[in-house]
Amino acid sequence: MPVKEIAGIQVDFDDEGFMTNPDQWTKEVAQALAKEEGIGELTDGHWKVIDFMRNDFKEKGQPPTIRRINKVGGVPTKDLYTLFPKGPAKKAAKIAGLGKPQGCV
Amino acid sequence: MSEKEYPPLEKVSIVISKGSLDGIYPGLIMANGARMEGIDATVFFTFFGLEAILKKRMKKIKVATVGNPAMHMPSLLGMLPGMSAFATSMMKKEMDRLDIPPVDEFIEMLSDAGAELYACKATVEMFHLAKDDFVPQVDAIINVATFYEKSAGAQIIFT
Repeated sequence: MPVKEIAGIQVDFDDEGFMTNPDQWTKEVAQALAKEEGIGELTDGHWKVIDFMRNDFKEKGQPPTIRRINKVGGVPTKDLYTLFPKGPAKKAAKIAGLGKPQGCV
Repeated sequence: MSEKEYPPLEKVSIVISKGSLDGIYPGLIMANGARMEGIDATVFFTFFGLEAILKKRMKKIKVATVGNPAMHMPSLLGMLPGMSAFATSMMKKEMDRLDIPPVDEFIEMLSDAGAELYACKATVEMFHLAKDDFVPQVDAIINVATFYEKSAGAQIIFT
C-alpha cells in the first residue's frame, strides 16, 4: 500500500489514490490532494461539500451519493459538478479522505 | 488483464426505447454513472421510452408483471388488478434505499449533471405530442440524423 508524505504527515493510500485511514486527514492534506486532482485552491463551496461528506461518513460508514449531498447536504447537483468537475462524487470523496464510493448512483 | 491498453471512454449516447420501470432505469443509471465518471452523456428517448420525460406520465411508470419470466410470477397472476402497482412499490422502496431517485427527480439530476436529453421526433409525431408535453429538461426534439450527429465520438447503447 503506497505511503506518501503530504503536508508533513505520512498518509496511506490505496492503489487508486484514496486514503485508507481517515484519521490521517487534515485540512492541509485535503488542500494538497485538491491540487493533485486539478481543483486548485479550495473555496467555501468546496469545504461545504467536504465537511458534509466527512460528517455523513461518520454517521453512515460510506461516502454519500450525489443525491444525498444535494438533499441532505444542501449542495445543488449543478454546483457539485462545477466545484468538482469530471467525477464529482469520486473526486470529493478522495479529497475528503474517504474511500472510493461503491454505489451506482 | 490483457496487455493492450484501451483509451478511456469519453462519451456515451444512450437510447431508451421502453416505457416500463425496468425498461427506463438501466439507461438512466448508465447515463448518470457516465457523468459521475466525467464521461459525456447524451440520452435519446424513443417510442415508449418517451414516458420517462412526459410530464403527465413520468410519475406513473410501472414494472411489467406480464410476460416477464424474471418476475417469477405466472403471467395470469401478473394480470391481476394491483399486481403491477404492488411490484412497482416494492421495487421503488428498494431503490430509495439505494438512493436511486424516482424518474422525475432522476431526469432533473441527469440534466443538472450536464447530460443532454432528447426526444425522438418520429415518435413525438406518431403520438401527436408537442415540446410542451415534456419536462423542461428535454433539450430538443430531434430526428435520427441529428441523433447520430450528436453521437459523434460516442459509444451508442440501446436499451
